[in-house]
Amino acid sequence: MTELDHIRNFSIVAHIDHGKSTLADRLIQMTGTVADREMKEQLLDSMDIERERGITIKANTVRIEYPAKDGETYVLNLIDTPGHVDFGYEVSRSMQAVEGSLLVVDATQGVEAQTLANVYQAIEADHEIVPVLNKIDLPAADMERVAEQIEDVIGIDATDAIQISAKTGVGIPDVLEAIVTRLPAPGGDRDAPLKVMLVDSYYDAYLGVVVLIRVVDGVIKKGDRIKMLKTGGTYSIDRLGVFRPEMTDIAELGPGEIGFFTASIKQVRDTRVGDTITHEKKGTTEALPGFKPSQPVVFCGLFPVDNAEFEDLRDAIEKLALNDASFSYEMETSAALGFGFRCGFLGLLHLEVIRDRIEREYNIELITTAPSVIYHVYMRDGTMIELHNPADMPDPSLIDHIEEPRIKATILVPDEYLGDVLKLCQDRRGIQEDLTYAGSRAMVVYDLPLNEVVFDFYDRLKSVTKGYASFDYQLTGYREDNLVKMQILVNDEPVDALSMMVHRDRAEARGRAMCEKLKDLIPRHMFKIPIQAAIGGRIIARETLAALRKDVTAKCYGGDATRKRKLLDKQKAGKKKMRQFGKVDIPQEAFISALKMDG
Amino acid sequence: MATETPAFGLYVHWPFCAAKCPYCDFNSHVWAKVDQDQWLPLYLTEIKRESERTPDHVLKTIFFGGGTPSLMQPDVVQKIIEAARGAWRTSNDLEITLEANPTSVEAAKFRSLKDAGVNRVSIGVQATNNEALKLLGRLHTIEEAWAAVDAAQLVFDRSSFDLIYARQYQTLTDWREELSLALSRAAGHLSLYQLTIEDGTAFGDRYRRGRLPGLPDEDTSADMFLLTQELCDAAGLPAYEVSNHATPGNEARHNLIYWQGGDYAGIGPGAHGRLTINGKRIATEAYLDPAGWRNAVLTHGNGESASRTLSSEDVGVEALLMGLRVRDGLPDRRVPWDQINENEHNDLILNGFLERDATGLRLSDQGRPVVNAVINRLLS
Ligand SMILES: Nc1nc2c(ncn2[C@@H]2O[C@H](COP(=O)(O)OP(=O)(O)O)[C@@H](O)[C@H]2O)c(=O)[nH]1
Ligand SMILES: C[S@@+](CC[C@H](N)C(=O)[O-])C[C@H]1O[C@@H](n2cnc3c(N)ncnc32)[C@H](O)[C@@H]1O
Ligand code: SF4
Ligand SMILES: [Mg+2]
Repeated sequence: MTELDHIRNFSIVAHIDHGKSTLADRLIQMTGTVADREMKEQLLDSMDIERERGITIKANTVRIEYPAKDGETYVLNLIDTPGHVDFGYEVSRSMQAVEGSLLVVDATQGVEAQTLANVYQAIEADHEIVPVLNKIDLPAADMERVAEQIEDVIGIDATDAIQISAKTGVGIPDVLEAIVTRLPAPGGDRDAPLKVMLVDSYYDAYLGVVVLIRVVDGVIKKGDRIKMLKTGGTYSIDRLGVFRPEMTDIAELGPGEIGFFTASIKQVRDTRVGDTITHEKKGTTEALPGFKPSQPVVFCGLFPVDNAEFEDLRDAIEKLALNDASFSYEMETSAALGFGFRCGFLGLLHLEVIRDRIEREYNIELITTAPSVIYHVYMRDGTMIELHNPADMPDPSLIDHIEEPRIKATILVPDEYLGDVLKLCQDRRGIQEDLTYAGSRAMVVYDLPLNEVVFDFYDRLKSVTKGYASFDYQLTGYREDNLVKMQILVNDEPVDALSMMVHRDRAEARGRAMCEKLKDLIPRHMFKIPIQAAIGGRIIARETLAALRKDVTAKCYGGDATRKRKLLDKQKAGKKKMRQFGKVDIPQEAFISALKMDG
Repeated sequence: MATETPAFGLYVHWPFCAAKCPYCDFNSHVWAKVDQDQWLPLYLTEIKRESERTPDHVLKTIFFGGGTPSLMQPDVVQKIIEAARGAWRTSNDLEITLEANPTSVEAAKFRSLKDAGVNRVSIGVQATNNEALKLLGRLHTIEEAWAAVDAAQLVFDRSSFDLIYARQYQTLTDWREELSLALSRAAGHLSLYQLTIEDGTAFGDRYRRGRLPGLPDEDTSADMFLLTQELCDAAGLPAYEVSNHATPGNEARHNLIYWQGGDYAGIGPGAHGRLTINGKRIATEAYLDPAGWRNAVLTHGNGESASRTLSSEDVGVEALLMGLRVRDGLPDRRVPWDQINENEHNDLILNGFLERDATGLRLSDQGRPVVNAVINRLLS
């Protein structure tokens, strides 16, 4: 166990690509925590998918021992967090578990929306914040301007900002010293009843559930009987340890310390981020503040392209759910798509990560239906229904009103693209709340409906700003609006997988865009196909897909009999990837592509 | 077995060309030097091997295809023809076709090719103006091509030429003019192919990278196809197969063997064959790579890379795939009824894509441009 005044706990706050992972690597390397020869890049990012997308999904911790200039050796605990909006709650928990943050800003880029969102979380958690200007090795680095920006936009003193290059290693010793001298030591009482915060947990095939913890008060030891306050689960600690970054056993963890334990917990679902852990006997009854169960906000249907793979899909989803308590699922049947699952996610990135993992790790091709948020449908009889799936929309004559979730979106954008960004937000039913300037960049804050953002808002933002804008959001609450269910009819048959909730004023435009898209996405058939959008029984948009006019192989000789046969078999296999709606085959890509809006 | 002997043809593949055309996915290769006297015995070996397993077949056609068989020495062509005549019984009016590229070199050979036994040529004119020929990467000019067509018509009783349409930048009006000119020069037979962008060709690559501009869209190419039928019908050369047109009696009998499910032995690199032996239909395939084929024949006396017996299902599907391409369709007894989706069949007839009567099953004029879709539905 380490004395409190020899412990420093911190996290690193940064916009994506500003160098958080690289800095973490350098800190680990310079303190000899990992031998140089074992050093591989981005030690804390573990899964493939994270590496590819450049994001860290789960909170990770590492314990570093650092001999400081004052001759003492300190234990530094770094918690690395996802930093993505989808995982905002996880980030806030991790922030609660440490006392300080390094605010890393790329000196060639300056402050971005994610920097802001995350630094506000750090400020809210009462952190001491040390600004760090990274990438000073690059000629485009402008330390003065960026320091000024940190002061203007964030409002923290940047006179003592540390200038570093995480790539070359310049300035890293200063960072280590600053962690010791500028960040506070944790508090806590080792004689008080045990109070431990559950920071995160993950599933390991060999160890079962591994729980990341921060001890607030008391001492936790191997063999202890413990209890989780929210879930009520009781366990005994099998293994207690710290990450260096590999798992290293330790006899006990006292106040201020960060580590992990295993306790024969079967599934991640049994552990709740933010829960309080104490001793089963003589434990505390006082929970740590701020616990909230994680709630999915975006829902969609996942169906196997090949109906025969339904059981495999069930298996994959169940396995993934073991390691991800924030993801919900229930079986869904669709007339057109067969058996599948209605799944709930923390956000769109979360959805994509899970979907990609199913496709890649379990080799199941999926059809993803239109993502939907949760609507609150207030009925005439005074009851309220949480609507996750437009297909379940009650009879409109029974509905009093519908509320939808709203967000507060913060966007930072260079001046020249401001007009396009404002137009985009306005088009998506946004209400401007704030517009300020920081140098040549504007910061806009919008109140937006979440349903206008879940699908492709971020893609559109990137494209209208050539990638120069940054974006973050927070859920703010529910508000009533004029929302209706729009159905798409292909050859006069409703396609439930394409129905969606839209604002009444936007329904025509949206319906027209969908019909036009589908006209391009559905291959021509031997007859002409009407494609319509409808609200209730009323058609609001219509396109006609012309009949196929030419499908003939020009040359066909002796050798082509074999070739044509192969082609036929290939087409038959291709047809499996289509879904039949009446007499019409709709390719699976259509379900996602049709929803992407161009404006 | 005393069943009827199917019509039987011999396909001889000559895999060499002077240059590779950017649209072509035939098994064609450009070699610096081909010693034809060394290649001749390989073909002779294959003829012997094939004839030994088809002793009762009566040879009705020989087709030299390529590649560019007009680059073959006439004496090599002659020895192959002689060997075939010696190996099988032959019909009195043996049709012997050779594909020719229309450069002056080849046109000059027509007379000796005729002396070698060839009685029909099919000439790759491809386009009727020099800009278009350049876009197709052809080595000849249109002047040379017409000279070759004239020479062929002088030397041979039967000749045909090929055009490729629905090319880059070609309009419907362009095609009308081109085809009218072609019809005025045709001697009873024309092959008119819409340009197909094939994977693995230079055009295929360019197309995928978006670098093959000016191709007609589906509607325009459908209009071109309809116009082709209209003009050829009016000129007395109706389509007897999707892309082949002839005055009555001038149809290419060799190709009809493919489409009507007859037998053919295929020799030469990459050649395919279909042979009925002891009541079973066998599909054969030769080594694709010319050097590989040569080695196989030299060392094993056999250029075949694969051969398998077709199941009755395979035979049925092939009969439909090939047979519906022909104007007269398939006789009822060759239609694989057990594999045909009855609902689709009825629906296709009801909607005017298919016609059926006592003589068999065939496409209507409306069905012909979408024959692939019709077949897909029939077999779904
Ligand atoms: N030139 C330069 N590149 C850096 C520096 N620090 C990080 N990078 C690069 O910036 C990119 C993003 O870094 P990473 O650590 O993954 O950022 P993260 O998304 O904040 O974790 C990577 O390509 C790094 O190699 C630096 O100090 N100088
Ligand atoms: C075996 S090929 C070539 C014969 C000869 N070597 C020549 O080029 O004239 C027979 C015919 O197929 C046609 N053809 C070849 N490739 C084609 C393509 N990609 N699309 C349409 N027709 C094609 C051409 O008209 C060609 O004359
Ligand atoms: S089109 Fe004819 S000449 Fe051109 S490469 Fe193909 S076979 Fe050879
Ligand atoms: Mg990272």
